[in-house]
Amino acid sequence: MTFDYAPAPESRTIVDIKASYGLFVNGEFVDGTGTSFKTINPATEEVLAEVAEASEADVDAAIKAARRAHTRVWSRMPGKERAKYLYRIARIIQERGRELAVLETIDNGKPIKESRDVDIPVVAAHFFYYAGWADKLEHSGYGTRSLGVAAQVIPWNFPLLMLAWKIAPALACGNTVVLKPAETTPLTALLFAEICQQADLPPGVVNIVTGAGATGQALVGHPDVDKVAFTGSTAVGKAIARAVAGTDKRVTLELGGKAANIVFDDAPLDQAVEGIVDGIFFNQGHVCCAGSRLLVQESIADELLTKLKRRMSTLRVGDPLDKNTDIGAINSAAQLARIHELSDIGELEGAGRWSPECELPTTGFWFPPTLFTGVTQAHRIARDEVFGPVLSVLTFRTPSEAVEKANNTPYGLSAGVWTDKGSRILHMAGALRAGVVWANTFNKFDPTSPFGGFKESGYGREGGRHGLEAYLKGGE
Amino acid sequence: MPSSPSAAPAPGQTWDFSDITGSNDSLRRFLHGLPGVDQVGAESRAASLGTRSIKTTAKAYALDLAIRMVDLTTLEGQDTHGKVRALAAKAMRPDPADPTCPAAAAVCVYPDMVGVAKEVLGDSGVHVAAVATAFPSGRAALDIKLADTRDAVEAGADEIDMVIDRGAFLSGHYLQVFEEIVAVKEACRRDDGQSAHLKVIFETGELQTYDNVRRVSWLAMMAGAHFIKTSTGKVQPAATPPVTMIMLEAVRDFREATGQMVGVKPAGGIRTAKDAIKYLVIVNEVAGPDWLDPDWFRFGASTLLNELLMQRTKMTTGRYSGPDYFTVD
Repeated sequence: MTFDYAPAPESRTIVDIKASYGLFVNGEFVDGTGTSFKTINPATEEVLAEVAEASEADVDAAIKAARRAHTRVWSRMPGKERAKYLYRIARIIQERGRELAVLETIDNGKPIKESRDVDIPVVAAHFFYYAGWADKLEHSGYGTRSLGVAAQVIPWNFPLLMLAWKIAPALACGNTVVLKPAETTPLTALLFAEICQQADLPPGVVNIVTGAGATGQALVGHPDVDKVAFTGSTAVGKAIARAVAGTDKRVTLELGGKAANIVFDDAPLDQAVEGIVDGIFFNQGHVCCAGSRLLVQESIADELLTKLKRRMSTLRVGDPLDKNTDIGAINSAAQLARIHELSDIGELEGAGRWSPECELPTTGFWFPPTLFTGVTQAHRIARDEVFGPVLSVLTFRTPSEAVEKANNTPYGLSAGVWTDKGSRILHMAGALRAGVVWANTFNKFDPTSPFGGFKESGYGREGGRHGLEAYLKGGE
Repeated sequence: MPSSPSAAPAPGQTWDFSDITGSNDSLRRFLHGLPGVDQVGAESRAASLGTRSIKTTAKAYALDLAIRMVDLTTLEGQDTHGKVRALAAKAMRPDPADPTCPAAAAVCVYPDMVGVAKEVLGDSGVHVAAVATAFPSGRAALDIKLADTRDAVEAGADEIDMVIDRGAFLSGHYLQVFEEIVAVKEACRRDDGQSAHLKVIFETGELQTYDNVRRVSWLAMMAGAHFIKTSTGKVQPAATPPVTMIMLEAVRDFREATGQMVGVKPAGGIRTAKDAIKYLVIVNEVAGPDWLDPDWFRFGASTLLNELLMQRTKMTTGRYSGPDYFTVD
């Protein structure tokens, strides 16, 4: 007899998914005039709901509502009053945390362990944090006047968390928002709209328009938008930058990454292995700041790889609602195809592919945790963002070689450094061209800490005091 | 690490650590050359293993296994022969109402109680473990510690739980600690050529850092410990999940390097069935399923057994019962 963990599924009865959803405009749910689309559970391919598509006219109506709310209510409201709404939203998120976590897991495919222990608590923390700023903006260093209407477009990897990163600072600074969630993961944003109603947020302060690329284009291209905030792929980010060029819209972009996770020979190895696993297998690797390139010092490469493979063999892939699942479903068929394509290229280019033995479910979208050894800077899996549970392993001999390889990428969102030597951490943090450098940890998020990229990973910062700059007019 | 796994000796053969243990300097260099432990990372890993949800069949398996791993312990100045006899009887039949309930692994007592426990346990398969070497502080001359050990072995102890000299360890006299363990192991020999199994208690609450826990684990394993044990139960904090996890990493790495398996025993502070199951999850996912056996993992505990029994009864009957339905220790 062995210690086989029996299924421990989180109940989904707490969640009430409607057959169809409209748009959230001016405090009410309204029908969209576009062609509605379906959102599915990526773990089972079951259709969850029919969701309205916002046409150009719908987007225009949402922006008008946001403009009215900004002019008449929100920008005039004292900061301490705005704070009360944000605190209320934060508390409701905590109270309805289990419902939000289950819904996020069903719509996105991420393990309940992560939506319950990471996504939702950090979402609440963001609203609490920025609620605290609302009446203290004169101490921000970026002025106190809001920009106006913010058009916000977010990705599918952390649906509610990215919503919080966008909405909490915007509202704290007195802006109103029109937000478009990703077309594969709209449900928690729509539940958030209900929470806005529950919190009695004035109509039009938050508007949610669902849809795909065309809706997003209509939103960011609309002439009455003062600010565009986007998180997603570098390709779309570039298109947005072109679309807003020549206008006076302010823009922040948080785009792709190909982060180096650098392990020196004096690193705490067992914890480094955990950090590598958290870095690339957290959220199925659907993380823009994922540590997708492991740079390990040659003298410990074999030992570290042995430990890493053993650890990967204990990862539990399967039903995202099972409380013991470590790796859930890939978010969509399209993303799964992309991961397959790049992994196959990795193999063709001669890198050694390895995955632990694991049984994948037969329906839904799945990819086993995978690592490639013998990868060089020239391999595509070392250059292109895979956005999946695929780790490229490279080696280095000297600290300067580590820096050179880590920085040799068009991206620069994050990096990790593992060493017991404090001085080396400080040296590396200065030398790495990445917005976030984690030392002896990885993929840790906190509302007080700014986040953002170098180079093709985008511009602007979200989180912390720095995150206020994107939503205030500055100097006074 | 001394060598790669491929260089492991044939079964039965013992590994030669004389290059490392030849002098205090070389031993110190080796122990300080082991990879460090990042406190934050280690604690968060142990905590995340604690979130595993063990239900239904897995829980039933874990509860029975945990019962089989208990070293039912009484180490009080006020212990009586009667109490030790009762404890021994309970170790053999933890739940008199349910013959399917497995026996505990051992009873753990002071050396003067070994004979009393042995009389009850006989050849039931439940072992007698004795704490020795001036337990719990270990503050006595070596010959007194050795006499203490021999006394317990002669009285019939199957297992000796010794304490290390924490003062010597913390002041960097690693070789002294090493040699003491070697000497106590020698004193565990019986006339019939067999040996009592040696558990080495670190008192990790006094060693303070996880780096020290990793170093002392390697030191004890190289000295020939059959088991490494966290605590006496007399010092707080006693066993914790991260400390136990680091010791499990050490035994896992030691087997990889030498082919030899060493057991682990967290002791003190493990009171609920839920806690015990968390430890078993750590064993399973860190050291591996080979350690899920009373020969390789034990719980040093007293009140834990009744908690396990109550949970076990709940699993089989579907009802919670009260402490009055289980024997007091």
